[in-house]
Amino acid sequence: MYTEKVMDHFTNPRNVGEIENADGIGEVGNMKCGDIMRIYLKVNEDDIIEDIKFRTFGCGAAIATSSAITEMVKGKTIAEAWEISNIQVAEELGGLPPSKMHCSNLAADALKNALRDLEEKRAAQKTE
Amino acid sequence: MRKVYLDNAATTRMHEEVFAAMKPYLLEHYGNPSSIHSFGRQARKAVEDAREQVAAALGAEPREIVFTSGATEANNLAIRGIARAQKNKGNHLITSAVEHHAVLDTCKALAKEGFTVTVVPVDEYGMVDPAAVEAAITDQTILVSIMLANNEVGTINPIAEIGEICRKHNLIFHSDAVQGIGNIPVNVDNLKVDLLSLSAHKFYGPKGIGALYVRKGTKLDVFNFGGVQERKLRPGTENVPAIVGLGKAIELATSDLEAEAAKLRVLRDKLIKGLLAIEATKLNGHPEKRLPGNVNVSIQYIEGESLLLSLDLKGVAASSGSACTSGSLDPSHVLMAMGLDHQTAHGSLRLTLGRDNTEEDVDYVLEVLPEIVERLRAMSPIYTGNEIKRS
Ligand SMILES: Cc1ncc(COP(=O)(O)O)c(C=O)c1O
Ligand code: FES
Repeated sequence: MYTEKVMDHFTNPRNVGEIENADGIGEVGNMKCGDIMRIYLKVNEDDIIEDIKFRTFGCGAAIATSSAITEMVKGKTIAEAWEISNIQVAEELGGLPPSKMHCSNLAADALKNALRDLEEKRAAQKTE
Repeated sequence: MRKVYLDNAATTRMHEEVFAAMKPYLLEHYGNPSSIHSFGRQARKAVEDAREQVAAALGAEPREIVFTSGATEANNLAIRGIARAQKNKGNHLITSAVEHHAVLDTCKALAKEGFTVTVVPVDEYGMVDPAAVEAAITDQTILVSIMLANNEVGTINPIAEIGEICRKHNLIFHSDAVQGIGNIPVNVDNLKVDLLSLSAHKFYGPKGIGALYVRKGTKLDVFNFGGVQERKLRPGTENVPAIVGLGKAIELATSDLEAEAAKLRVLRDKLIKGLLAIEATKLNGHPEKRLPGNVNVSIQYIEGESLLLSLDLKGVAASSGSACTSGSLDPSHVLMAMGLDHQTAHGSLRLTLGRDNTEEDVDYVLEVLPEIVERLRAMSPIYTGNEIKRS
């Protein structure tokens, strides 16, 4: 039921783990099936996402989309990362079964939450 | 790669002898049992011989056996058939929270037609309390339907006790015995049932064939019309080869039941012991009143579908009650009825042993599983071990 790309990311997930003193952390729980995903970001002075890591509690599609989104984001600017949609993640994986499309939302939402966290932290720093 | 099939509660591999018994009825003896000529008579004899085999296995009379397309149809026929036939006596049905959907959804459909349904809860092991069934009885109750053994967690219900209560209150009692046949003794008089469903592919027979036992004197309303086959309860030309297969399969499955069950229990207990040795795991279902081949554990901090995919990559076929595997995105209704929290249901793993399984199969699973669990836990944001490692 899953594409080869999904199975590849599932068996060899990229960027698993955490980043100490991350610039942004995003967590999202899937209201539909109860899964959880967390994404950590590290950004350099030029607003480029230098490092990204994830941890996911969820199905094969959830793990594969987490892994794929970290690859898509790494090396991109913050502005570019904001543009990544769940549809793009699913496309990157050669498609997902219809019943698993919501899992790609998990990855996209976790990324957006991490980016929001990053911007909030920066705003807080500026006012200090 | 080694292939280990541990999903025998879903379906089983056909017994060679069952296949051998069926083959002539696919290729040579293809007559219609309703025909008057020699081809027809031969097919009729095969059907009636199989009916005797099924009856003998259950301690029933041949005329009490109705062949159906499986347990789903048998459950529908039993519950809808009684509800409609008895609707002048009352409109209340009793069933349990852990039944197969073939029972639960049939009851739901009847609720839409104006019947009222009481779904009795189960305890933490998934067992139905006979006292709870008795307490649910009203003067409107016409039917009680409680499964013999649960397909997910393997818990065996006190069916004879519930049957006794039904008799005392003059109620018709149906039991879905699908998971019991070939695994535990099933005798319709000992269990005090009026109706009982079974499905051949769960005990090494063919798929798409089953039977409903109907105690003589029990009237069912019919909702399929056509021929006069199966006393009009299930009209349509009989699936002769499958019926022959069912007869042979139930004969084989019940003849050496004790020895096979004893063998399965040894494998089951070894598997359970090995799985519970993994940190943060828990057995689901009753520790003793449990089907001889059923293992169901929850592995905390990981999700069932990713576990199944990982096991499949190692050649191991299993199943899970996780929301992510259900298609509906709801976790197993059985595990939820037993009071498991969402997360524990999420990490549930069912391994069901069958006659082909060996001790090497069990050893293989116990060898590959810890690595899989470790890998998935390392990815999990809720595994406390990750925090421990960090500090
Ligand atoms: C307890 C129980 N009842 C009914 C069924 C339905 O059997 P079938 O699909 O053969 O109709 C099954 C099999 O999944 C089962 O395990
Ligand atoms: S995360 Fe639950 S179905 Fe994908």
